[in-house]
Amino acid sequence: MSEPSRERIFARLKSAVSTSAAPVAQPEPLPKVEFDYQEKIEKLKTLMQAMRTEVHITREQDWLSLLQDILKQRQIKSLLYGPRTPIGAALQQKWQDSADGLPELVPYDVEVEEIKERVFNVDAGITSTMGGIAETGALILWSSKEEPRLMSLVPPTHIAVLRADKIYNSLLEVMQKENWSANMPTNAFLISGPSKTADIELVLAFGVHGPKELIVLVIDN
Amino acid sequence: MANHQTVDFEKNISRALNDAQLRKNFKFAMGNFVVRRRTIFPDAIETEKLRAAGNAIKKRALSKLPQLLEQLEKKCTQNGIRVHWAETTDEANQLVLKIMQDHNATRMVKGKSMVSEEMHLNKFLQAHGVEALESDLGEFIVQLNNETPSHIIVPAIHKNKDQIARIFNEKLPDTPYTEDVQELNAIARKTLRQKFYEADVGLSGVNFAVAETGTLFLVENEGNGRMCTTVPPVHIALMGLEKVVEKLEDIPPMMRLLIGSATGQLITTYMNMITSPRKAGEKDGPREVHLIILDNGRSKIYTDEQRRQTLQCIRCGTCLNHCPVYTRIGGHAYGFIYPGPIGKILNPQVEGLEAAGVLATASSLCNACQEVCPVKIPIPELLRRIRNESYGNDSPNTMQGQGYKRNWLEVITWKAWSIVNTHSWVNAAGLKILTTPGLKPPRIGPVKTWTRYRTAPEFARQSLHELVKQNGVDNE
Repeated sequence: MSEPSRERIFARLKSAVSTSAAPVAQPEPLPKVEFDYQEKIEKLKTLMQAMRTEVHITREQDWLSLLQDILKQRQIKSLLYGPRTPIGAALQQKWQDSADGLPELVPYDVEVEEIKERVFNVDAGITSTMGGIAETGALILWSSKEEPRLMSLVPPTHIAVLRADKIYNSLLEVMQKENWSANMPTNAFLISGPSKTADIELVLAFGVHGPKELIVLVIDN
Repeated sequence: MANHQTVDFEKNISRALNDAQLRKNFKFAMGNFVVRRRTIFPDAIETEKLRAAGNAIKKRALSKLPQLLEQLEKKCTQNGIRVHWAETTDEANQLVLKIMQDHNATRMVKGKSMVSEEMHLNKFLQAHGVEALESDLGEFIVQLNNETPSHIIVPAIHKNKDQIARIFNEKLPDTPYTEDVQELNAIARKTLRQKFYEADVGLSGVNFAVAETGTLFLVENEGNGRMCTTVPPVHIALMGLEKVVEKLEDIPPMMRLLIGSATGQLITTYMNMITSPRKAGEKDGPREVHLIILDNGRSKIYTDEQRRQTLQCIRCGTCLNHCPVYTRIGGHAYGFIYPGPIGKILNPQVEGLEAAGVLATASSLCNACQEVCPVKIPIPELLRRIRNESYGNDSPNTMQGQGYKRNWLEVITWKAWSIVNTHSWVNAAGLKILTTPGLKPPRIGPVKTWTRYRTAPEFARQSLHELVKQNGVDNE
C-alpha cells in the first residue's frame, strides 16, 4: 500500500522542483552569544530558577553531602540511579560510609520491563548531564546504557549533576563543538525546569506529567 | 477529510459572536499571548533578522524537498526507524491500525499531534476497538468533552476553569468538583500516569525532522510527549511531509522562533530529540519506532510556487493569536481542524474551494498574521489568491473547485466597471447621473443592509479628477 503512494508523492514533488531551480538567498548568520565562565553559570542559574528549578552551586568535595542534605530534608525514601556511572560509583561509596536516614539506592541496571513497577514508584531519580546551555537556561542529557531515559522523567523529583565547565553558550555551540551531527544518540533532550502546563486558562501549574521538582547541582571547581 | 460540506460558516460565526463566555475566554487568552510574544521578542530589528533566517531555512528546505525527504528516509532507516508514506489521511489511519494490530495492541497514549487531528485518528481507532487517549492536558480535556481543539497550541482555551471542572466531575469516575487549577492538574496527572504505564503504543507528532541525522524533534512543557515516546514498547510518530529541515544547525533558530511565537517562552521544558529505537544494551525506550509521513494534499500545494509558501508553516499558532477575526469567533467556528489565518489558506487548498473557500472571506486583510509569522508566510497574498480563484480567475496551477463562486452578476458588474474606467466620457456621464438625485445612493439591496449600522456614503459634487484639474496638486 505504501510503495505506490510513496512513488506518486515523489513524482509530484520532483515534477515541481524541476520547474523552479532558483537557489534560495541565505541571510547573514545570526549573531553569536558569548558569555565568560562566570556569566554562563549565572545566566543558567537565573533562567532555570525563573522556571522554578532549584539550582545549587557546589564543589567537587561538597556535592555528595549537599545531596544528602537535600534528600534528608525532603524525606526522600528511594533514589533511582545508574550504578555504572561516575556519579553512581560516588553514591555507592558515600552510602557505604553511612546510609543513616538516607534513601534506599535503587539501581537502574536492567531492562525496564523487569523493574517497571519499581521505576514508577521511586521518589526521586539522579542523573548526570552532558552539559548545560547558558543562553536559554537548560540541561543537556543524552540517554545511555548506563543512564536510561526514564530516570529523569518518571520520578516526581529529578536531581541533575552539572559540571560548570560543561555549560555552553548556546545550543548551536554545543551542536558544533561536540559534532552532534555525526553521533546523535538514541535520545537526546534538553530540560529547562520541572514539568509544567498552562492549558487551563493559561494558569501556570507545575508537575503535570513529568517531575514536579528539578534540582540542579552545579559542580564548580 | 470529508464531511466538511455541511459547515455553515456564517451561522457558526453568529453563534460564536453571541456566546459571551466564549468571547470572554478568547479575548483574555489571545490578549495574553500577544503580550507574551512581544515580551520574548523585545528587539524589533533582531526579531526581523530571526524571521528572515526562519524564512530562508524553510525556503531552502522546500527548494530541495524531495531530496531531503529521501535523505531523511535513508537516515531514519539506517538508525532503525521504520518509515511509511501515506498519500491520504485514510491511508495514514490504516498504517497506524496495521501497526497496532501487528502487536495485538488495544491501548494507545497520544502526545499532541495536529496531523492526527487532520486524520481524525481517534475516531477511526475507536471504531476499530482501539483506545486512543490524548495525554496533553488541553487535548485530554477536549477529548473528554467530545470536541476538537479550538487552538493549535492551547486546544481547550475556549473553556474556562469552571467549565473544565464540570467536565472532569462528570466524565471522570470518582472525581469531586473543583475549580482549583492545581487540583485539576493533579487529577489529570493521576489518571494519565496509569495510562502511560499500561499503554501498548505511544503516538506523537513531530515539530522538525532533520534530514542530515534522521532525528525527530519534539518540544513540549508537560512531559507527556516524552512519556508517549519513551514508556510504551512501540512509538509511532506522525508528520506532514513539509516538516523536514536540512541540517541540525537549522534547529536552534527554528526552535527559538517556534517556541517564542507559540507560547512566548525562551525554551520549553523539554526538547526531545529521537534518533533511533532502543539499541542493544539500552534499558528503556520503545523497541520499535515508526515514522508515518503524510501528504494529504501537500505535494499538490507544493507544485505552485506561490502556494508553496503555505508549507513553510511550523504550526506555532501565533497568527491565530493576532487575528482580529479568530480572537472574536474562536477556533470551532471555522469548522476545520486548522483555524485562524493559517487555516483560511491551508484548508481551501487541501479540501478544495467549494468545501473551504468561504474561510478566505473572513479576513479584513489587516496583515497582522503576516507581520508576526515567524517564517514570513504572505497569508494575505494567499487569501487574495484564494478569493480570486473562487471567482475563476485564471492561474497556472488551479485549486480544486476553481470558479465555484463565478456568477453572471459579478461578471457583468466587473465588465461594466472596466468599461467605465477605461472610457473617460462614460465615466464622466456616469458620475453626472449618479450624483444628480440628491447625492446619496438609494437605500435598496446591499446598500440598505450596509447602512443599517453605518452612515451612507455621499457622492462628491465634483470628481477627484475634476478637482485636480481645477485646483492643481498641493504637495504640502
